[in-house]
Amino acid sequence: MNFIALNAWDLVIAALLVVMLSLLSFRLALGISRKLLFAALRTTAQLLLIGFILNLLFANVHPGWVALLATVMLLAAGRIVMERQEHRFLGWWGYGVGTLSMFLSSFAVTLITLLVIIRPEPWYQPQYAIPLLGMMLGNTMNGVALGLERLTSSVTQQRRVIEARLIQGHPWCEAISLIRRDAMRVGMVPMLNAMAAAGVVSLPGMMTGQILAGAEPMEAVKYQILIMFLIASGTGFGTMGAVHFGARRLFDERERLRLDRLKQTEHYSS
Amino acid sequence: MNKANHNGLGLTALTTLHVGPLSWQINRGSAVSLAGESGSGKSLLLRAIADLDPHGGEMSLDGQSALSMTGHQWRQRVGLLPAEPFWWAEQVGEHFTAPGAAPLAELGLPPEAMEWSVSRCSTGERQRLALARLLQNRPEVLLLDEPTAALDPQSVERVEVVVEHYRQERNAVVIWVSHDPAQRRRVATRHYCIEHGKLTEVTV
Repeated sequence: MNFIALNAWDLVIAALLVVMLSLLSFRLALGISRKLLFAALRTTAQLLLIGFILNLLFANVHPGWVALLATVMLLAAGRIVMERQEHRFLGWWGYGVGTLSMFLSSFAVTLITLLVIIRPEPWYQPQYAIPLLGMMLGNTMNGVALGLERLTSSVTQQRRVIEARLIQGHPWCEAISLIRRDAMRVGMVPMLNAMAAAGVVSLPGMMTGQILAGAEPMEAVKYQILIMFLIASGTGFGTMGAVHFGARRLFDERERLRLDRLKQTEHYSS
Repeated sequence: MNKANHNGLGLTALTTLHVGPLSWQINRGSAVSLAGESGSGKSLLLRAIADLDPHGGEMSLDGQSALSMTGHQWRQRVGLLPAEPFWWAEQVGEHFTAPGAAPLAELGLPPEAMEWSVSRCSTGERQRLALARLLQNRPEVLLLDEPTAALDPQSVERVEVVVEHYRQERNAVVIWVSHDPAQRRRVATRHYCIEHGKLTEVTV
């Protein structure tokens, strides 16, 4: 492969830029200089760790190890989705709604890709499976988090309006229909924007990476198109699933709106 | 419990937050008034009867348990008019399945009311429109939470007449929350007071 390997000094120079940014934000009292350094350290540690793990994984190709890493990635994504919710569901649901939907959509789409489209030998070849799943999860996570946050915050704000429909004798799914539709749409907007901007405003990261690594631009483009479609469907299905499960959970078996199932903030009053 | 003899609304050991346990039997065609200080649990009780809040105990309508139907079916038959009704669409008419059939004239509202934007209606107009909206379902029980609080005397009378006609025509149960003794005597034959979550029959 004809690409230029980086040495430690190359990274140090780039790191100096981040340090300068941190110093500047300290001077401007933005209050994020420390966070910035911490985030830079965190990303370095996490990436080195995953690099190390991938090295191990490539050396010992075994479905068990791939499954283990995939599970860890899924659980981490589930945690991030939960942390981003201001009005998250209480109990296991807070974690479960997002994680389950991401599992269903990301894993299904990744499996289809590996088994039907790319077909590496063996199909769980970590060189393909892990980056694909990572891209799926990373994007689906955003859609799911946005969709769920919109669902729960709208419901909290519009409690009385939803109850007005319940009082009028509307079934729960009708009472929540507009909010549910809106939340699904919100979760899918970033994915639509990404598809619209691809190649015109932004050169997507994966394609850039392949080109940097010496791949033919057209080969990289074909992969990128594939990835775009996979991300779009994975994010879409994941967001729909999460909002669907979430909306169901907001109502009980008597079709009552149960905001007590959400973490309550100070604005909430009975 | 001998349900076969029970026609009308039956509550057995109903509890919700600090209200109850209370048992109450109101026969078809009867109107009762309910009073109580704010915070006594009137609105909570009405919400529980409309099955909007989790509650203990049992409820039935004409001997049919609430649990034998879905939540929305129960609420179509047991209609609640909250003290402050909310609206889910822009225009008044969007809240009606058959806008032409609503008793607008009887409530002192012009036919154009259906084209009004909800946000431009006065509190009194909204209160009367919400009653019309609720009556569309032809509920067998009316739970009215201070339905005339924001109305002028003429509109108060109109609302009282509409509810009275509806009760007779549909043989409906009416629970009317009001603090005005004169109104309570006009609209109901039996009167109740709720205090610290306990229900007692009173004379007014």
